[in-house]
Amino acid sequence: MTTADHRLTQLQTLEAESIHVLREVAAESERPVLLFSGGKDSIVMLELARKAFAPARIPFPVMHVDTGLNFPEVLAFRDRRVAELGVELIVASVPDAIAAGTVRQEPNGSRNRIQTPVLLDAVERHGFTALFGGARRDEDKARAKERVFSFRDEFGQWDPKNQRPELWDLYNGRTHLGESIRVFPLSNWTELDIWGYIAQEEIAIPALYLAAERDVVDRAGMLYAVNEFITPKDGEQVERRSVRYRTVGDANLTAAVPSVAGTVAEVIAEIAVTRLTERGATRGDDKVSDAAMEDRKKEGYF
Amino acid sequence: MSALAQAAAELATARKDILRIATAGSVDDGKSTLIGRLLYDSKAVFEDQYAAIERASRGDHVDLSLLTDGLRAEREQGITIDVAYRYFSTPRRTFILADTPGHVQYTRNMVTGASTADLAIVLVDARKGMLEQSRRHAFLASLLRVPHLVVAVNKMDLVDWSEDVYEGIREEFAAFATKLEVPDLTVVPISALQGDNVVTRSANTPWYEGTSLLHHLEHVHVASDRNLVDTRFPVQYVIRPQTDESRDYRGYAGRVGAGVLRPGDEVQVLPSGLTTTIAAIDGPDGPLDAAFPPMSVTVRLTDDLDVSRGDMICRPHNAPQVTQDLDAMVCWMADAPLVPRMRLAVKHTTRSVRAVVKDLQYRLDVNTLHRQTGVEGLGLNDIGRVTLRTTQPLFVDDYHRNRVTGRFILIDEATNATVGAGMLTPS
Repeated sequence: MTTADHRLTQLQTLEAESIHVLREVAAESERPVLLFSGGKDSIVMLELARKAFAPARIPFPVMHVDTGLNFPEVLAFRDRRVAELGVELIVASVPDAIAAGTVRQEPNGSRNRIQTPVLLDAVERHGFTALFGGARRDEDKARAKERVFSFRDEFGQWDPKNQRPELWDLYNGRTHLGESIRVFPLSNWTELDIWGYIAQEEIAIPALYLAAERDVVDRAGMLYAVNEFITPKDGEQVERRSVRYRTVGDANLTAAVPSVAGTVAEVIAEIAVTRLTERGATRGDDKVSDAAMEDRKKEGYF
Repeated sequence: MSALAQAAAELATARKDILRIATAGSVDDGKSTLIGRLLYDSKAVFEDQYAAIERASRGDHVDLSLLTDGLRAEREQGITIDVAYRYFSTPRRTFILADTPGHVQYTRNMVTGASTADLAIVLVDARKGMLEQSRRHAFLASLLRVPHLVVAVNKMDLVDWSEDVYEGIREEFAAFATKLEVPDLTVVPISALQGDNVVTRSANTPWYEGTSLLHHLEHVHVASDRNLVDTRFPVQYVIRPQTDESRDYRGYAGRVGAGVLRPGDEVQVLPSGLTTTIAAIDGPDGPLDAAFPPMSVTVRLTDDLDVSRGDMICRPHNAPQVTQDLDAMVCWMADAPLVPRMRLAVKHTTRSVRAVVKDLQYRLDVNTLHRQTGVEGLGLNDIGRVTLRTTQPLFVDDYHRNRVTGRFILIDEATNATVGAGMLTPS
């Protein structure tokens, strides 16, 4: 793997950095948890966690904030992967919180914002002190400003004007009771790096990420696959198109992109020439305003 | 698989260096425009991002500086408050750019960005020449031992591409740099607005014999910046599976700080001082025949020693200094001042201890490099030479010799905030 001139590939460098971050938290934080949704970034993060502690098991549980609006393929993938690794899965359920009356969904059916109180409630109940998230800095301009170790107060709020200085790789994960640290081991990975790593390591991913013929409706230029959460409205034409997903968020809000990429390598080929950011191309929820992500993060969102 | 897909997969997994860059400058220097230009010309800007800045631009041109604006408060005030990280790549290299604020008020954020950098770009407005701020940026880069420094003399179009102006700034900077121990200094005349000498050589500067800025970033030699001589392996985490198939496995996980580790090497473990040999090194994909910075690996030893987090593996005849007395340049990052007799927590490699401030020798005026003695404390963004006494020994080297074992952070145990960054100096 290594060469005589002591150089690493770009992915080996990123991998080494992420593993260092994962181990640092496991060593210093009392009760860490890894957020795992079954999406490609959290799949890569979980694989890095497996490597960081091998041959031992991953020494912390994984948690999924289940909005109740997930693609069934992604949930099945989640359960399979967790069973393979023998890690504990904690599900924080948004539908349960809605039933209990602690949160209410927005009129447009979005549960993006109400994930946050459900997440914070689970963090409090389980006493988690550090939460690994799969966010990358290349995703959004608010994320571009976030530290690898992002301090959150007892309400999970991010204060972008008063972040802890982060020097070298000497991370400060100290918290008081009730406070927590969000840790982003993939901070310096780009979308292309994630796909390159999936290809190189032959990591299994949900089939939604690869192109297939799917029934879709076109809503304001975004292609939504018809499923249990998306039914054609009056006047909408259902078309059969070859599409894939660049992100897998809630099934009622995540759009697919036209694609013929049936393999990971073909996905990489498409991404290398693509001209839209992944959130801009597929997330109805990020189109609200220029500062949509910044606002959600301040409220405690990942 | 198509030939294109094959090529793309190879591109994504290529053996490329990552160059970490820090930029510093104020809005007026054209720093944001320069970064926007690098991103745009290297095709790292997506259509939806471009459409967003096109909508937001005032005036005739699309304002590339808007690509780097982040937070709402920053847009409102027209300033950069905190470090933003940008990613772009060329077929030759991948770049991680820490875009840091230039104002003295945000020195701590600049230090955050520069701490991980291989190369720093200091922007100078050709019309104004070297300002106090340019000196401060260059000084901070040298304090943090950023190995390569580039001075981009911007807005050359506004001084009619004058060679004399460029030469004047270059000479002034070179003279200042001799006081700073800058190992590698390059000065490039550019116009970020028009793109001259940013990605390609410009016809407007026939007298300039160097390369474009991007060409320099692609080719600057960084492989030798690492210390591959003095083996330092801070133990980060002990891996003991205690499962049936790996009952006897006991591995010491960590990141190689310096040097090269190989199975069979005789090593010494600090603080015990006991010696043993490396039985095996496990990397992310299995056994390795060598481990070097910045790899994260797991080291297994032949003898069953008591080794835990915070211990250091080194070579028997090349050990770091074991000491409770630290002499360091400290950049202070809190509102409440650092004062003698103050108690702080110290994090050094994987070791956390407590310390008391024994002495504040002087404060450094970062603009003049003048040493002010007899000061009562270090205020926010001040830099000074400090003596600390720690509760437990640390395993240290001079920051000049080894960036990994020569650095530490200071933490206020009441607030848990990171309040200082320290770089060890020979006492």
